[in-house]
Amino acid sequence: MIDAARPADVHLPRSLIALFPGAPRRIAARGATVAELIEDLDSLIPGLRNRLLDAGPSIRAHINVFVGGERAALETPVPPGAVVHVIPAVSGGSVVRRG
Amino acid sequence: MSTRIALLVGTPKGAFILDGDAARRDWSLRGPLCEGWPVHDISLEPGSGALLAAAGSPWYGPAVWRSEDLGQTWTHSSEGLTYGDDGPKIKTVWNVTATDDTIYAGVEPAGLFRSRDRGATWEHVAGLTNHPTRLEWQPGNGGLILHSIVPHRTDRERVWVGISAVGAFETRDGGATWETRNKGVRAGFAPDPYPEFGQCVHKMVMAADGGEHLYQQNHCGVYRSGDGGRNWEEITTGLPSEFGFPMAAHPQDPKTIWTIPLNGADRGRFMPDASAAVWRTNDGGDSWIRSGEGLPEQAAFVGVLREAMAVDRLDPVGVYFGTSTGQVYGSADEGRTWAMVADNLPPVWSVEAAVLD
Repeated sequence: MIDAARPADVHLPRSLIALFPGAPRRIAARGATVAELIEDLDSLIPGLRNRLLDAGPSIRAHINVFVGGERAALETPVPPGAVVHVIPAVSGGSVVRRG
Repeated sequence: MSTRIALLVGTPKGAFILDGDAARRDWSLRGPLCEGWPVHDISLEPGSGALLAAAGSPWYGPAVWRSEDLGQTWTHSSEGLTYGDDGPKIKTVWNVTATDDTIYAGVEPAGLFRSRDRGATWEHVAGLTNHPTRLEWQPGNGGLILHSIVPHRTDRERVWVGISAVGAFETRDGGATWETRNKGVRAGFAPDPYPEFGQCVHKMVMAADGGEHLYQQNHCGVYRSGDGGRNWEEITTGLPSEFGFPMAAHPQDPKTIWTIPLNGADRGRFMPDASAAVWRTNDGGDSWIRSGEGLPEQAAFVGVLREAMAVDRLDPVGVYFGTSTGQVYGSADEGRTWAMVADNLPPVWSVEAAVLD
């Protein structure tokens, strides 16, 4: 059930908001789970869902979501007023192309 | 307005644009663009002149980027660029090719997508993925990638694609069904050197006359076809190596193409004898001409990847290529003499030449 009174306090990384001109680093969003929260974020910042989620759906391999400081999955509950951080993993910067 | 050239350069650290004058002598560099995303290919949308960049971020996934102001601002989308929640995850976009009304995107793992709304949303061309051979497709060294997309110039129902270590396919019904197009192409690494599929096409291009004349640089040789890929004839004789990646076709002369042989798949993949050269045929591959004037003559341990060569449509035609070590070279005389256009870029993955009138 979405708590309409107390949205989560979502912190987004610079490299993500750079893809959406005008998007804020910090945004209030609603959802009872991380999955619902990302759907709400997508309504606020169209296209954001595709940047965070892969097929499955699953959180992309090199994206970490923390709820209240704890590593979260899509089904993780988001308590009212929770602080949520979306952080690119340090494992994600390598680009290998052979040929 | 005077004619200008823009070289669109894709790299693992973003897109770059080299703005040049009509003489093709003076160049200035812009970038990195696309927020530093790895960009495999950049192309121009006919009519609108929009730039399209095939990209994939290690964090944020695949997307096709679009700029309608020559790279000043960009949007991006991957809406619909998926095999579905139960399908394989798409790593990146390797090629983007636009016609008057459709944009095609080739992705890894190999598949074809198209957009009919200028890249806002994408539709899986499932007919190719459903080909009976699909379960036997194996990745090449660069992955299981669909990289060459060759739309017919006038028949919108016909498109050819090339997939590394799988081969070439053609649809004649707008993507509903596909047929292999590998007859006569060697797979020297396979027990059967002429299988129906499994050939490692590296780059496929259409000759200037459009329609039925195709060329391809393969892992195992260079080939031409006069019947839309139903039969291929090897034209490697005269080249220093059968191995290479890029190929470019002359925009007016159907018998002129350029390629850049590398010394071999298992020999380091740099230019033969570490002496840089581009090879040109003016007779459809019956004979080849080496051109190295202006390029490093020795100690050039550089490679050139499949999308990293391009031609413009000026007279004489300009030819350009980018190297695995971050140089871009250009020729304003159809590949006879060369000059450095840029240095110290990231490894160059793709080069496209846009003529801006």
